[in-house]
Amino acid sequence: MADKSNLPDRQKMQRCDPRERAKNFSEVALGYTDEQALAEAQRCLQCSRPLCVEGCPVRVDIPGFIEKIVEGQSEQAAERIKQTNILPAICGRVCPQEDQCEKLCILGNKTEPVNIGALERYVGDKTAPVSKDSLADTPVDQSISGKAAAVAVVGSGPSGLTCAADLLRMGYQVTIFEALHEPGGVLVYGIPEFRLPNSIVRGEVEYLKKLGADFQLNVLVGRTVTVDQLLEDEGFSAVYLAAGAGTPWFMGIPGENLPGIYSANEFLTRLNLMRAHRSDHATPIVVGNRVVVIGGGNVALDAARSAVRVGAQEVRVVYRRSRAEMPARKMEIEHAEEEGVIFDFLTNPLKFYPDQQGFLGKIEVVDMKLGEPDESGRPRPFPVDGSNRTWPVDTAVIAIGSRPNRIVGETTPGLSTTEANTIEIDPPTGQTSRPEVFAGGDVVTGSDTVIAAMGAGRRAARSIDRFLQEDSTN
Amino acid sequence: MYEIVSREQLAPRIVKLQVRAPRVAKTVKPGQFIVLRVDQTGERFPLTVVEHNHRLGILTLVVQTIGSSTEKLASLEPGEKISDLLGPLGEPSEIDYYGRVLCVGGGVGTALILPVARALSANGNEVVTLLGARTEQLLIFTDELAEFSQQLLITTDDGSAGSQGNVAEKLTELLESGERFDRVYATGPVPMMRAIADITEPYAIKTLVSLNPIMVDGTGMCGGCRVQVGDRLRFACTEGPEFDGHQVDFADLLARQNYYSDSHNCRLPDFSEDGN
Repeated sequence: MADKSNLPDRQKMQRCDPRERAKNFSEVALGYTDEQALAEAQRCLQCSRPLCVEGCPVRVDIPGFIEKIVEGQSEQAAERIKQTNILPAICGRVCPQEDQCEKLCILGNKTEPVNIGALERYVGDKTAPVSKDSLADTPVDQSISGKAAAVAVVGSGPSGLTCAADLLRMGYQVTIFEALHEPGGVLVYGIPEFRLPNSIVRGEVEYLKKLGADFQLNVLVGRTVTVDQLLEDEGFSAVYLAAGAGTPWFMGIPGENLPGIYSANEFLTRLNLMRAHRSDHATPIVVGNRVVVIGGGNVALDAARSAVRVGAQEVRVVYRRSRAEMPARKMEIEHAEEEGVIFDFLTNPLKFYPDQQGFLGKIEVVDMKLGEPDESGRPRPFPVDGSNRTWPVDTAVIAIGSRPNRIVGETTPGLSTTEANTIEIDPPTGQTSRPEVFAGGDVVTGSDTVIAAMGAGRRAARSIDRFLQEDSTN
Repeated sequence: MYEIVSREQLAPRIVKLQVRAPRVAKTVKPGQFIVLRVDQTGERFPLTVVEHNHRLGILTLVVQTIGSSTEKLASLEPGEKISDLLGPLGEPSEIDYYGRVLCVGGGVGTALILPVARALSANGNEVVTLLGARTEQLLIFTDELAEFSQQLLITTDDGSAGSQGNVAEKLTELLESGERFDRVYATGPVPMMRAIADITEPYAIKTLVSLNPIMVDGTGMCGGCRVQVGDRLRFACTEGPEFDGHQVDFADLLARQNYYSDSHNCRLPDFSEDGN
């Protein structure tokens, strides 16, 4: 191995100026130039036993694709990635690489790890138009009999898209049912454009359409049509449930229903999906001068940074633990701070008070101290007596997590679900208590990462294939 | 895309539309609703399904024009299309045999009470219908309701039809005169539903109200339709829209309902296409 102390520094991705970007929804991180990508790719030591791959939930051949960048073969690099991950442009942007592949990069011991995320994004962006034009070359596996079978995929988020793509490549007919009017799930209603432009998601959806996917929008499975009807009346041989975890949690504190208090889902959906900030779109949103966002995850930061962009004067993120325990990505915390978001750590909301009109007027919080670790392994926060304080607030966003909704579970007889509405599966296969029904992604795990949802989609596609093949031989 | 099949002006600012939506028409039940978006820049908003024909795949909707989105919808002519329609949403109304049932419809809420009252009648209940409107011109579906109602009582604020007054006064009068009901269903403006629930509570008459709160997606995702019912926070879109009127926190609901009124200004900078 080379002497690490002589290694060049990690290439920094260009970012939009914080003062400029705080006024628009354009993407913050601008991606690598060809020169930067080459320089960064050359930092990779091409370990014979690459730890980075072990850190990746879907085991992307990281040294393999980086080697192709060094050789100037970005299309081959894309092929390497797409063997395990069909959405490099998306994962390169939203995967928490610092906790996965990059965390295990050997370079990290002496200097900074290879910027695997930026390189993945570079490959995804660089090859996007090419891969779409060359679909005629996409190998479709005709070798297995009975592939005329149709599979219904419920939900068009990362898990559904991945499962659909794999099934299409295996030669199945795939119909994707989406409840909203646009495909993409959390990628379009949740994650803001400044982190993941909608055009990237649209590109991936177009790719699937060219592979032969039939997208049926405005269909809420469980209400518009049940899982049983899909199987019995509509001719589907198997169903993959990837409906996500879309139902927001609320805290259950007094005043939480006051007008002016949004769930993060509602706040982000109004902006991202409905484009409420645009004067040529009809959906309203009210964002006052003083905004408080409650929570410490990426969703909380997405909401806070969106509030900055639509003109709030003061945006505070209130989180009951300290900076170290924040589940949000470090990079996103930095970006938020650059844009002027203020963090109130070790602070917990107790109550909301109305103003004279009956809208949100004030928030009461209490300071917290950290104690012994709880079952999550993080120190348990507890309130400091007598530290209560209030301040005026116009808009509050509750971003403390979400869970699956109850509709599919309740309308599918025999489907085992938990009290938190998640669907129970056999983990290695994704099969549910109903043999012809598979599930994966957030609807199984509760809120988790995009890449974990994709991994589940891929696993389910293999299981569905095996299930249908076995069925046909019986 | 969902085609408008017919359009009929029922009253000033109230339009009946028939829309082709075969999947929804096949499964919708009384009390359920849809969420629609007229065009690509439109907002999503809920509407009750008044009638449906599953063989023709057609839904009947009633829209009262209260703003630019409802005006856009109400102005559509047969042959024109709306871009999105999702449903059926919500839980169907509780329909069974209860005995003597009072159905109260206030204003455009009458459109919601019609399918419920019809289903209650079909289940053998004696249905008494009580409608309220500001004036005679604004009364809708009186002929349809008369078909199966044992009694059809009408109140108008100005006395131009039926008795002068409102449905709450009429219900008080009925109960005080000794009339008894086994159940009450009320749909209409929030203050009306609250008044009805307040009146029936001392008589311990189970009273169901159908809420129409602000919502975005209609699938349990935004929580904009959340409402306190007893000691539980409920989502009207997935767990409602029908709830026990004696448990609903109407004050909460009313405040939320008024949040996007014109008087309350949004303070957003104007984003152009370039600023996405």
